[in-house]
Amino acid sequence: MDSIIVEGLTKYYGDLCAVDHVSFTVDAGEVFGYLGPNGAGKTTTIRMLTGLTRPSEGRAWVAGYDVLNETLEVKRRIGVVPEASNLYDELTVWENLEFISRLYHVPRAERRRRIRELLKLFDLWDRRNTRFRRLSRGLKRRAVLAAALINDPEILFLDEPTTGLDVVSARSLRGLVNRLRGMGKTIFLTTHYIEEADQLCDRVAIIVRGRIRVIDTPENLKLRAGVKSILEVELSDSPPEELLEKLGGLGELEVEGRQLRVHTDDPQMLLRILTEEVGRSGLALLSLRGRSPTLEDAFIKLTGLSPEVMRREKGV
Amino acid sequence: MRLRDELEGIYAILLKDLKAYYLKPPNISWGILFPIVLALAFTLRNPRGLRDLAPGLVAMAALFGTTSMEAIVVTFEKRVGALERLYMAPLTYASILLAKVLGGAVFGGFISAVMTLLCVTLLGMHISHPLLYVGGLALSLIALSSLGSLIAFSVREVFEAQTFSNYFRFPMIFLCGVFIPVGSLPLPLRVVAYMLPLTYTVELLRASTLSPSTCPLLDLAILILFSTVFLLLTHRAMGRAYG
Repeated sequence: MDSIIVEGLTKYYGDLCAVDHVSFTVDAGEVFGYLGPNGAGKTTTIRMLTGLTRPSEGRAWVAGYDVLNETLEVKRRIGVVPEASNLYDELTVWENLEFISRLYHVPRAERRRRIRELLKLFDLWDRRNTRFRRLSRGLKRRAVLAAALINDPEILFLDEPTTGLDVVSARSLRGLVNRLRGMGKTIFLTTHYIEEADQLCDRVAIIVRGRIRVIDTPENLKLRAGVKSILEVELSDSPPEELLEKLGGLGELEVEGRQLRVHTDDPQMLLRILTEEVGRSGLALLSLRGRSPTLEDAFIKLTGLSPEVMRREKGV
Repeated sequence: MRLRDELEGIYAILLKDLKAYYLKPPNISWGILFPIVLALAFTLRNPRGLRDLAPGLVAMAALFGTTSMEAIVVTFEKRVGALERLYMAPLTYASILLAKVLGGAVFGGFISAVMTLLCVTLLGMHISHPLLYVGGLALSLIALSSLGSLIAFSVREVFEAQTFSNYFRFPMIFLCGVFIPVGSLPLPLRVVAYMLPLTYTVELLRASTLSPSTCPLLDLAILILFSTVFLLLTHRAMGRAYG
């Protein structure tokens, strides 16, 4: 069953087309990644799906309701974690969650129990009486995530949830997202961190300049991009021409002094050539490392964009 | 069910705004000091005839009380993205707007109450028609707070809201009949005066403390009209931000 259906959704800001006729569906219980550089249209798409911005063209249904004509019904069934941690600085964590629970009409009898559960789930119980502004960035993100779950939503929209967090906080938050997946929530996640999408998402849509380039599982994206296994070799000295010629026949070869990097779909042949040729030329094999292709490799192949550019654009 | 949800949302936002912004110690002190300073300034300048001036002082307290903090609250929340938190909730824009207007009106009501207390105890103001006084003041607070919200929702920055508020506040103070009777103003200024909500606030408060000079029902109706127009325009401004 589809939790989200999007058909030709488009948003113009004046002459600028921020989102250009995007279409996709998200299954119930799926973690769907929306991956793209800054300004690609990720946040605008989330804003349209959550009723914060009116689409210029196209239609979308969230939890079975039309985002344009049944906006309040959509809002009742979703939770949103915006890019900015926008709870209220002057209120404590408990007061913030209590306020949000009232906004979402959580029955009075359930309110305290729900808040208590969420604070414990997100390790915020000891901070419940701390004002929001006194929390660290990581704890603020957790509190915002807890607030998004106060109405026990069917669908959770996470807009760049780990941006600006330190490594430990980001990892902890990803762990929490995984726990939410275990609870059966449908999660729509925008991110510019490719490894985050690779780790968390069942399927990923890559969006560049308002257009979706490709949608598939991370594994299929790697296959579709034709990304091969990568073997990194370190020798005791510079490799002879004969060895380079043979390795070059296996696939793309990069040479940096004594180090070689071979992109190949035949690692067994590579090993055979290495053992034969290295022994014959009197060299020693110092190290051999293999790594599977990552979503980042596929992203580069599919979009031609550098992941470094995405990181720089976000200032991280 | 839907109406109850909307009312619950309005109440929650109102309580949150009072707790997070309006009822902070510096604002409460300002709310008490502002009327005292205003009353003292006029007492020192002209100790006689203050009973005539008293309704005008209450009207000014209502004007500054409603528009000053509300503009800051709304533009600040817009700036830090906290207003969007309200837009995310399953609430209509109308409910969010009403909650914001009520916040400004409650704070303005607090300052007006302090000023009323001062006028009654120190300046000898006598409220002959308490119901008309309370009803007229409440309606004025809503109208003035709606004007404040219209300005706050139409601009981006706190300083813009303050500047625009002053464009309305100062002409209102001088033309509303507190210092110069509206009837003795030149015709063009008289026309402007009757286009300002504070003029009707002053007339209503005068009617309830002195003898009614005009029909208070007309003043009440005009204030309702002002509130409606300001609320509709603000609702439209909120919708434009959504588009």
